[in-house]
Amino acid sequence: MVRSEQKPWEEILASLDGEKKVFVLGCDGCANASQSGGWPQVLAMKELLEKAGKEVTGCTVIDFLCQKALVASRLRPLEEKVMEADSLLVLTCGIGVQSVAAMVMKPVHPGCNTISLGHTRGEWQGEERCMECGDCLLDYTGGICPLTACTKGLLNGPCGGASNGKCELAKEKDCGWEKIYQRLKELGRLDRLRRFIPPKDYNKMRPKVEILSTSLWALEQKG
Amino acid sequence: MAFKEALQEGKFVITTEVGPLKGTDTREIEEVAHLLRGKVDGVNVTDQQSAVMRLGSLATCHLLIEKGLDPIFQMTCRDRNRIALQSDLLNAHVLGVKNVLAITGDFPTLGDHPDAKAVYDLDSVQLVWTINRMNEGYDLAGNQLQGKTDFFVGAVVTPITDTEAAFELQLIKMEKKVEAGARFFQTQAVYDVDAFARFVRRAEGFGVPILAGIIPLKSVGMARYMNKNVAGVFVPEHLIEEMSRAEEKAKKGLEIAAQLIKDLRDICQGVHIMAIGWEKKVPEILEMAGLA
Repeated sequence: MVRSEQKPWEEILASLDGEKKVFVLGCDGCANASQSGGWPQVLAMKELLEKAGKEVTGCTVIDFLCQKALVASRLRPLEEKVMEADSLLVLTCGIGVQSVAAMVMKPVHPGCNTISLGHTRGEWQGEERCMECGDCLLDYTGGICPLTACTKGLLNGPCGGASNGKCELAKEKDCGWEKIYQRLKELGRLDRLRRFIPPKDYNKMRPKVEILSTSLWALEQKG
Repeated sequence: MAFKEALQEGKFVITTEVGPLKGTDTREIEEVAHLLRGKVDGVNVTDQQSAVMRLGSLATCHLLIEKGLDPIFQMTCRDRNRIALQSDLLNAHVLGVKNVLAITGDFPTLGDHPDAKAVYDLDSVQLVWTINRMNEGYDLAGNQLQGKTDFFVGAVVTPITDTEAAFELQLIKMEKKVEAGARFFQTQAVYDVDAFARFVRRAEGFGVPILAGIIPLKSVGMARYMNKNVAGVFVPEHLIEEMSRAEEKAKKGLEIAAQLIKDLRDICQGVHIMAIGWEKKVPEILEMAGLA
């Protein structure tokens, strides 16, 4: 299972700065089990946002957000409410946030930090998209993760080694930062790139001991 | 005059670079140092250039100081985590190094130890920021230093790119480096003065001196190789033709470099000559450019 936990409320609110209307999206899979993005958390978030003066144009929970086809088909009936919003607040793991970003041309704010993928890549196979860093940066980068999309995992922009938009290491791979640039340009959010991202707390990438011990036999042992 | 002072006085500054060899033999560097003394304002020492393991930048910087030069200590983010980077900065200060250039660093797979673990604990912007914190007397964890550093911090930028996204991203990252405390920039090699001037017009507002990169061409093959394989280097076809027509290719390459330097004099604050094995010819280039 992909373990996630909600970001601090202050961080979520700050990420919505300058925006009035928000659509809240949760995931009925791992995020529900993690109690970070199921219906109870989505409804609680809606209430918090409204108290903070935001208009919530709609909210829903999809199983699963990491399945792009499901995201598209489940959001279609709600298209009007989604597109009316300035942005989407997505309460789920890094894979789900990136999946939503790939399907909806709107700024996408991660409401959670992913703390463990439990050796799964969700239902979006084929590419590694989340490094369970525990401090999700997708808010600054248009829903494309610099840790996985950039070979060097650079946080403040590209290394300058790309040729014709391709990575210096793998000519068949797109430069992650050029993808981030294009995405933010389409969203009219290039100003996001001007923010200095301080050194990362890599200690958050280490899974917590209590997570490591939640294998089946550990639960059985307790019982 | 030292590098920082030369820049601050508005002199057209000349820096060049030396790459330490693989091993303990420092004779070549000592010879080059002897030839460069009094002719350049600063000498960069590359840090495991192209991810090829060799004698380190810091020891070589110290050696250059003993030879009367003002070294610019290049630091990549590839091989050291934040603990080692900060410690080496303290080491550098104690050894008399005044200037540091923060760079990302080529990925290990491009070098001769492709099986090495890449670090990139900090990126180049964060490294610039870290050095400035140390100049203020603190380490990254917020602990006070017993004796702070006093580095003149620089960074690099690629002024000519092949995509609009890459160009804008270079400018955005350059501005972030300035805000993080970079006080000078050295660039990737420039062969197209007009294209470089377009970049300078966009970067002028940042208010930091820019030293244009110069790589003397040694052959037509080298020009074509760089066009194909080195990101951010574009040798125009007319220069390649000039090289192919010339009887003495080496002399032509030096002439082109000297002409570029002359053309760049009114556009930026200095040049950074990366001679790549031709370090001993740097004084000749400067003479041809009228800067000796």
